[in-house]
Amino acid sequence: MAAVTPVGAVTPAEVEAPQPRGSMRSSRLRRLNLFRWTVFTLATLFFLLPLFAMVRFSFVGTQPGEYTISAWTQIASYPGLLDAIRITLELAVITVIVELSLLVPTMIWVRLRVQWLSRTIEFLCLLPLTIPAIVLVVGLAPVYRSVRQHVSLSPLQLFWAYVILALPYAYRALAAGLDAIDVRTLAEAARSLGASWFTVMVRVVAPNMWQALLNAMLLTTALVLGEFTIASILLYTNLQVALYQISRATLDAGVLFSTSAASLLFAFLLLLILSYVGRQRGRERR
Amino acid sequence: MAGVRPVRAGRRLPLAWTGTIPFFAYVGLFLLLPTGIVVWNSLTDASGKLNLGSIKTLFDPAVRMYFVNSLELSAISAVVGAVFGAVIAYAVASGNPDGLVRRLATAGSGVLAQFGGVTLAFAFNAAIGPTSGFLTKASWYYDFPQGISLIYVYFQVPLMVLVFLPAVDGMKMQWREATENLGGSTWHFWRHVGGPLLAPAFLGSTLLLFANSLSAYATVQAWENQIAYVVPQQISIAITSEVGLASANEAQVLALGMVIVVAVVMVSYTLLQRRTSRWLR
Amino acid sequence: MRAARAKALTGIVALALVVTGCSSSSGGSSSSSGTDWATTTSAAAGGGMDALVAAAKKEGTLNVIALPPTWANYGAIISAFTAKYGIKVNSANPNGSSQEEVNAVKQQAGTAAAPDVLDIGMSVALANTSLLAPYKVATWNDIPSAQVEPTGLWFQDYGGYMAIGYDSAKFGTISSINDLMGSKFKNAIALNGNPTQANAALNGVMMANLAVGGTLDDIAKGVDFFHQLKQAGNFVPVQATTATVKAGTTPVVFDWDYLNATHGADVPSWKLFIPSNAILGGYYAQAINKQAPHPAAARLWEEFLYSQDPQGGQNLWLQGGARPVEMPAMIANKSIDTAAAAKLPQAAGSAVFMSADQASAASAYLAKNWASAIK
Repeated sequence: MAAVTPVGAVTPAEVEAPQPRGSMRSSRLRRLNLFRWTVFTLATLFFLLPLFAMVRFSFVGTQPGEYTISAWTQIASYPGLLDAIRITLELAVITVIVELSLLVPTMIWVRLRVQWLSRTIEFLCLLPLTIPAIVLVVGLAPVYRSVRQHVSLSPLQLFWAYVILALPYAYRALAAGLDAIDVRTLAEAARSLGASWFTVMVRVVAPNMWQALLNAMLLTTALVLGEFTIASILLYTNLQVALYQISRATLDAGVLFSTSAASLLFAFLLLLILSYVGRQRGRERR
Repeated sequence: MAGVRPVRAGRRLPLAWTGTIPFFAYVGLFLLLPTGIVVWNSLTDASGKLNLGSIKTLFDPAVRMYFVNSLELSAISAVVGAVFGAVIAYAVASGNPDGLVRRLATAGSGVLAQFGGVTLAFAFNAAIGPTSGFLTKASWYYDFPQGISLIYVYFQVPLMVLVFLPAVDGMKMQWREATENLGGSTWHFWRHVGGPLLAPAFLGSTLLLFANSLSAYATVQAWENQIAYVVPQQISIAITSEVGLASANEAQVLALGMVIVVAVVMVSYTLLQRRTSRWLR
Repeated sequence: MRAARAKALTGIVALALVVTGCSSSSGGSSSSSGTDWATTTSAAAGGGMDALVAAAKKEGTLNVIALPPTWANYGAIISAFTAKYGIKVNSANPNGSSQEEVNAVKQQAGTAAAPDVLDIGMSVALANTSLLAPYKVATWNDIPSAQVEPTGLWFQDYGGYMAIGYDSAKFGTISSINDLMGSKFKNAIALNGNPTQANAALNGVMMANLAVGGTLDDIAKGVDFFHQLKQAGNFVPVQATTATVKAGTTPVVFDWDYLNATHGADVPSWKLFIPSNAILGGYYAQAINKQAPHPAAARLWEEFLYSQDPQGGQNLWLQGGARPVEMPAMIANKSIDTAAAAKLPQAAGSAVFMSADQASAASAYLAKNWASAIK
């Protein structure tokens, strides 16, 4: 490395990630960094501009040139909205729990003992991405109806459908995590020491894919926070349905924008924070 | 040593698949069964007999137009989203795996891939709408497919980042360095190593984006709701029309059409994935 | 081994079910003694208004559907009902269409969440009489006989004229429908929904049709009018709401006059234009679900809506800008809220209404031609 870079100078690559890129020529590195920062700048502009327009609109008052925060302070005044937020958050928690309990043991099991099923599982997990929610609901409605005859269903029962919707995202995240660790060796080592399968999964493999688990949780949460079609057709009021109803009934366009911006910001911060939490835990274990 | 159990008991092997029963039961009940119900209902008439006449209506010129529009919109948004998403994914993957940029990109992609519907359409309207746009007033905003494709790209790109990033991560930097050491240029690398390697994953992800766009409904309905351009909009009309045009049968036939298109896409995706796995293991 | 995992899974699923509060169905309605309100056809037959009120209060809840708070003053009506009788009103899917109301009736039949009462467009009412229960409100005789179904399966409630609402500060005064072709209306004009889906939009196209010389039997000229509007770049197919009107996204809207009035509530220069040769009226209808989970509350709601009190349903609708169906009788017996009546848009002539056949012919034509004309 000393032959490539001047003594005492530290390239950005070495500060960030010495391992993979330490051996690249510095000119290559500079071009790479230029490329990266150009891409990030353009991407940030594209994605932030509509959001910025939205936020700006939420501050616009009734007269041109006038600005007000009333659209934001009004959010708390829609009683149905707070209920819908609470329901959606609870739904997110339940969906995550069921999703992970369903997927993690299955995927580990398949990797260890039933590899020939892995293609099928992958296919099934990607299917929800491609079947329109409207088609799914047309088929789900009879199922929900027959259950509703006997049992009154609270909106939290939407989780049955949400677990399906989140499968593609959770599967991807978990598969990436499982690919990164050597599940076979871990499992064999644990089993040869007398561990039960439950112990293998929960106490040996899962902690090693903590980041992937977290990732799956984040993606599932983002999905639940953003889901509209199924809830509205099955006549439940979740966050997005409530926002939609507000948008149709409100006198003030600003309120629609402030509520959407708030919900996006909330989801984003939640995901970001969770990603840091996961990393620290992972670090400690090493 | 005491307490050591044999790791694999030969006689238990054939039953190992039963461990996946909970998964298959759940997916079977809540995904395959509803889809099956839709397909079944569209192929049978009210008394339950098989009636393939509904398939013929899929070839009606009006119905064909919905499918053509859907395919056009999906193709544009998938290709554009895939290209930009792949570039961003590469830019993210070539950085620090633990760094802030990566985190922001992952969190941002996770949120924006799900961002759609009324709020997205309104955000774009506030940005470039023909009457209330703040950045510019785009007269083509309500034209099909230009306006809506741009909006779709907004959530397709993050989705591409999410599904393509693992593939880019799997492409080891050592290969890049090896090419360099052997005297190859960047172009060489992409043409002979990186390109062929990532191509199946890239095409597979594009197909996923395509299918995702086909099934999107809330966004296009919020963008405009007075003309039915794409199939999901027409399905909604067939379910909710209050001027006498509601037809459960039409809804199911259209849904069947979508399932067929999606099946074709998914089969292609699976075939492509077989090729990817060879390299990335 | 697997047993441990299976146990863990079932435990989690069971926990999820418990946490999500599956409660056993509270079922319906009929009281152990006294009237079965589900089959009673009038308050008198059930033992009088007091008996009805008592039974309804006992049920304690009413399920309504597709009643936006800003549509014909429904927000105030629901609050007034709850304030007067103490019955909780569950308002589902406020932006739903009439067909969605009927879908909900079928989909949720037998559950406690099924809609009790419906406010639907005429074509949906006529097509679904098998789902409805006959009932005659106390003021039945004040409803014109042409606007009810003889046994009381459905009865019209309020209506209005199709009007073009616009911001006169931006566009000056509109005096003819052909003004809308002008270049100052670029990206300005919207309907209330898709005419192949929404009643209000269908009537919007029909009104334009009449204004440019078409007839109730043939909507072709109306479709062509919108085709030209789109070519000129004046048609903006986005859902018009009060918010979009205020934001300037949809400054010209074809909608029922009572809805247009609320759209423009915050725009002082908002005006309504009804072409003199195209006064197209439309009424919606009330109906009771035959399998209503709260039959007494449903019937009490109808009595409330058709009460001619100063704070009764008819006057509350009037205050929302809609014409209540009992208006002629109420003018005669002086129970009408004259101040609100004076605010109704005056139409220079008599109104025409689409018959059921004309409406279905129009829909059939639109089903074939709207999408290709407007794309």
